[in-house]
Amino acid sequence: MNYIEHIGKYFMMLKEVFKKPQKWNVFREALFREIEDLGLKSIGIVSFISFFVGGVVAIQTALNVDSPLIPKYLIGFATKRSMILEFAPTFASVILAGKVGSFITSSIGTMRVTEQIDALEVMGINSLNYLVLPKVLATVFFYPLIVIVGMFLGIFGGWVAGSLTGLFHSADYIGGIQLDFNPYLVQYALIKSVVFAFLIATIPSYHGFYVKGGALEVGRASTQAVVWTSVVIILMNYFLTQTLLG
Amino acid sequence: MIEVKGIQKSFGDATILKGVDATFERGKTSLIIGQSGSGKTVFLKSLLGLHNPEEGTIAFDGKISKDLDEDGRRQLRQDIGMVFQGSALFDSLTVEENVMFPMKMFTDRSMSEMMDRVNTVLKRVNLTNANKKFPAELSGGMQKRVAIARAIVMNPKYLFCDEPNSGLDPKTAIVIDNLIQEITAEFKITTVINTHDMNSVMEIGEKIIFLKNGLKAWEGTSKDVFKTDNESVVDFVYSSNLFKKVRQAYLDEIN
Repeated sequence: MNYIEHIGKYFMMLKEVFKKPQKWNVFREALFREIEDLGLKSIGIVSFISFFVGGVVAIQTALNVDSPLIPKYLIGFATKRSMILEFAPTFASVILAGKVGSFITSSIGTMRVTEQIDALEVMGINSLNYLVLPKVLATVFFYPLIVIVGMFLGIFGGWVAGSLTGLFHSADYIGGIQLDFNPYLVQYALIKSVVFAFLIATIPSYHGFYVKGGALEVGRASTQAVVWTSVVIILMNYFLTQTLLG
Repeated sequence: MIEVKGIQKSFGDATILKGVDATFERGKTSLIIGQSGSGKTVFLKSLLGLHNPEEGTIAFDGKISKDLDEDGRRQLRQDIGMVFQGSALFDSLTVEENVMFPMKMFTDRSMSEMMDRVNTVLKRVNLTNANKKFPAELSGGMQKRVAIARAIVMNPKYLFCDEPNSGLDPKTAIVIDNLIQEITAEFKITTVINTHDMNSVMEIGEKIIFLKNGLKAWEGTSKDVFKTDNESVVDFVYSSNLFKKVRQAYLDEIN
């Protein structure tokens, strides 16, 4: 099957996904389950990586900016900008594409190869709507929150790194954070996180839903899903940056 | 009653079903048998609406499935119970949640009403004290019982089973076969079973349809299987020496 066919099939899938849920109380239960599985359980890894990446960015900047002509507050400023503009929305999304994307593909793919999706269809349930819509909503509404947590922890990680290594003073770092704060950049980051969250939920769902074969194919589909989700995130990142900041 | 008239189904250049006619009566257990690749699974999936045949009609108590509107099709789906080969229980749900699932989706019953019904059907399939277990914690036979309980919880008019006793030991397989037959008679369900299991053919085959190369090659009852001179059926059903001897003994006895 060529790429055009896959893209067409993906959009046909979305048409089925965005239909009215058949039973609201069942949908609500599924949504809360997905918020727990895809959202709450992702906070830990994003927090951990954000904290340490923030620390590393601050240390790298401090080590590379040793000219007396460049003010020290630039370290806090650079760390803040890196975390808000790229790390929290994009890098964290690529990490989540790996963690959550493989989970979505393998869980839906396993349901496919063990006939659980056929069972839903035989009962008269729109399986795409039942399985995918709660995932889309859970990620689209929850990931911006995770991204905000990532921004804060990254910037905090930079401050902790400076305090522990003594490479820069706390006051300089805090001054850098407060310098030239532009709320639109946070808005830009959140818009990106919503788009990436949508991709993280839908591309792996597509790969899982249409898998054919057995356990090996589910494994392959999970890998493909992670690769394609990452590729599309990176491409969309370019287009969104050009559109929103260009 | 289900009436199938001349259904044809192709995938690409391969025609899998080449005009199959069949009638499945209410309160009876009908079996579809045939070699791998004969079209059994495609036939069953066509009955279930998972495949759309290019030609022919399938009528459920007079209602032709392809002529139904969306509401009609949804209603028909709710009248259908299905037991899949691998049970197809939802891994993330407990036994009682699995059985309750169709009721939660399609009825407005209270939780206590649904629990009463769940307990009733689980008792009917002789599965107690497993309500809170997950499918992975159950044996193959227990999973099949849960699948049967889920299939009958909405009082279906039609029950379809795809290889219901595959992977089970012979004793458990007979128990599952008998359970399906009892439920079929008790609730006056139209039951269609897709099977390779010759024990099932002999035990519960009130009507047997033999498919070969996408066509109905033979039709009869479990008693007719002993007497038939259709070579394809004899070759398929009596492929083992044991069954050949059983058949010969039966023929000697009636002669």
